[in-house]
Amino acid sequence: MASAIEVRGLVKRYGPLAAVAGIDFSVPTGAVFAFLGPNGAGKTTTTEILEGLRRRTDGTVRVLGLDPWEEGRPLHRRIGVIPQDFRFFEKITPKEAIEYYRTLFHTRADPGALLAEVELLDKIDARFDTLSGGQKQKLGLALALTNDPEICFLDEPTTGLDPHARRAIWAVIRKLKREGRTVFLTTHYLEEAELLADQVAIIHRGRIIAAGTPGEIIRAHGYPARLSVEGSAELAAYLGRELHVPVYAEGSRVEVELSDRRDALRILSAIEASGLPWQSFETRQDSLENVFVRLVGQMDEGALKSEAPG
Amino acid sequence: MNVRHIAADFRIVARSYFRNPLALFFSLIFPIILIGLFGLIFSSASSGPIALQVLNEDHNSPLSVQFLAELNQTHVVQVDVVNDASVTPATFATWLGQNDHSVGLVIPAGFAANLSANRSVNLTVYSNPQDAASAGQVYFAVTGVANGYNLEAAHGTVLIQVPPPQNVGSQVLTYIDFLIPGLIGFSILTSPMFSMVDVTSSYRKEGIFRQLSLTPLTRSEWLVSRILWYVLLTFVSAGIMIAAGIYLFSAHVGVTLGMLPFLVAGPFLFVSLGMFAGSVTKTPESAALIGNIITFPMMFLSGTFFPVSSFPPGLQAFAHVLPLYYVIDGLNQVMLFSNTGLAYTDLAVVLLSGVVIFALAVRFFKWRDE
Repeated sequence: MASAIEVRGLVKRYGPLAAVAGIDFSVPTGAVFAFLGPNGAGKTTTTEILEGLRRRTDGTVRVLGLDPWEEGRPLHRRIGVIPQDFRFFEKITPKEAIEYYRTLFHTRADPGALLAEVELLDKIDARFDTLSGGQKQKLGLALALTNDPEICFLDEPTTGLDPHARRAIWAVIRKLKREGRTVFLTTHYLEEAELLADQVAIIHRGRIIAAGTPGEIIRAHGYPARLSVEGSAELAAYLGRELHVPVYAEGSRVEVELSDRRDALRILSAIEASGLPWQSFETRQDSLENVFVRLVGQMDEGALKSEAPG
Repeated sequence: MNVRHIAADFRIVARSYFRNPLALFFSLIFPIILIGLFGLIFSSASSGPIALQVLNEDHNSPLSVQFLAELNQTHVVQVDVVNDASVTPATFATWLGQNDHSVGLVIPAGFAANLSANRSVNLTVYSNPQDAASAGQVYFAVTGVANGYNLEAAHGTVLIQVPPPQNVGSQVLTYIDFLIPGLIGFSILTSPMFSMVDVTSSYRKEGIFRQLSLTPLTRSEWLVSRILWYVLLTFVSAGIMIAAGIYLFSAHVGVTLGMLPFLVAGPFLFVSLGMFAGSVTKTPESAALIGNIITFPMMFLSGTFFPVSSFPPGLQAFAHVLPLYYVIDGLNQVMLFSNTGLAYTDLAVVLLSGVVIFALAVRFFKWRDE
């Protein structure tokens, strides 16, 4: 499948500071790509370069085969962008805003249908300055869809929204994917990336420190899954002797590393065979959030300073 | 330049405007308030006798003293004889201007002797065109008293001739007549300047320009739609001010087609200037400051409320570099003096500076960051 976005050796410097220090990635057509990173990591700078809003210092960038800075006009007809903290003319209603965009883009988008899609139909005639944060963001989303875009860029679309509004935005993102559009999403909610994204890249201090599907990243950088039961240190010692795998006693819990799911039965049998009291078993998988926090934390401690990007 | 884009953006501007009571107030109601306020302050109906500076070159001859006494009895003027020996008829006009006197009268040497010999004499009335209400009344009083003398004289021949006051055009103009072109210029300046500086800097800060840069709308289209809006607003507010001046204060300004180029070129210039000022500054606060630095001197020193000709020479020279001066001077020429020739020069200056500033504004005004 052709790439919707191709980035090679992208660098953006502000004076001596490199906000983006040489990154490579590509986004397949039709995928939901989540770009993760702490604040100030270079997420927004990269996104704006892809959107043609910022000039890059070095590297090559192709979005739908176009150079975003040099070929912004033809590109903008084919992409939709919802910036962080979307703002619009205060006294204009969602209906008028979509009619305005419709004229500018020469499309036949129907304001009612677009607003229904983002669950904003009840505010079709409300002025922008009376909308809540979530409603404003939904209008931004509706406007970004006015030109029937091939790629949608969403820069932290759910930051600061209540859980209900976040779910409404997620539903729209899933629908965009079903419609075959490519979605480029930045977020610092890991849960959001895990739920929605086909591909994830984690950027920190201008470099990509992990990339792949959420599962791949967790397998590569996360702790192995563990089976955990409530039990004594005695039980931990017994299991260590019997199973020849790492066993940890943490507080009142005993945890056994699960390198393969099928080991679970063998471990549970051994626990039962010990004759010692135990209860409430669970398996624990490292989450993308844990991996993210650990990776960023390690890098901040300097442990990963020399690790190659990618 | 796509007409449909401009029309779509124009609708957005118009709707934003009509839904903002404060903006409407400043564009449409404020001009009426200004006309009413200045009209009431400067209309001479309520004032007492007008101080008339008299240069008596007839060395206080009994006849001239009697003439001045009769002038006083009209209660229209209060005669104030100039005792400064250095003032001569040649320097009298300058002296009046320097001492802030708006009306003066010269009684020529040989006044009494000529009258006694039934020879005619000329009385010269000086007046400041911008205080033409006083000029008209003084002229009326002086001719009235002079007519009395003429009738008394043998055969009713006209002995004392009072030529029309100097420096006044074909008709007697009142202050309100000068105020109307001035205030039209005032609103051509202030309405786009204050709003464009604010809009340009705050739209950039809020990211609305970035948003627009992602659409096919161009910067020039955006600017043209604003210019068209302010041209429309200027037509409406100029109409309101002229109507208010005529109905409230019986102003006699000429409403001619010659005004139209100024009502288009003026907003073109100041919308561009406002956008330029908003574009070269980083924050809305510094934009507002720059906007005020540009706007305030122009507001007062371009002949809006006070005629530039009454300024000291240095300030007059300064006024001539302010673009608004040419808008107001041009409007004065076409509305008050029917002097289209001079108006062409003014229009050329306004258009030329408009084109330069428009080009600068489009050059410095960035949708997106580097």
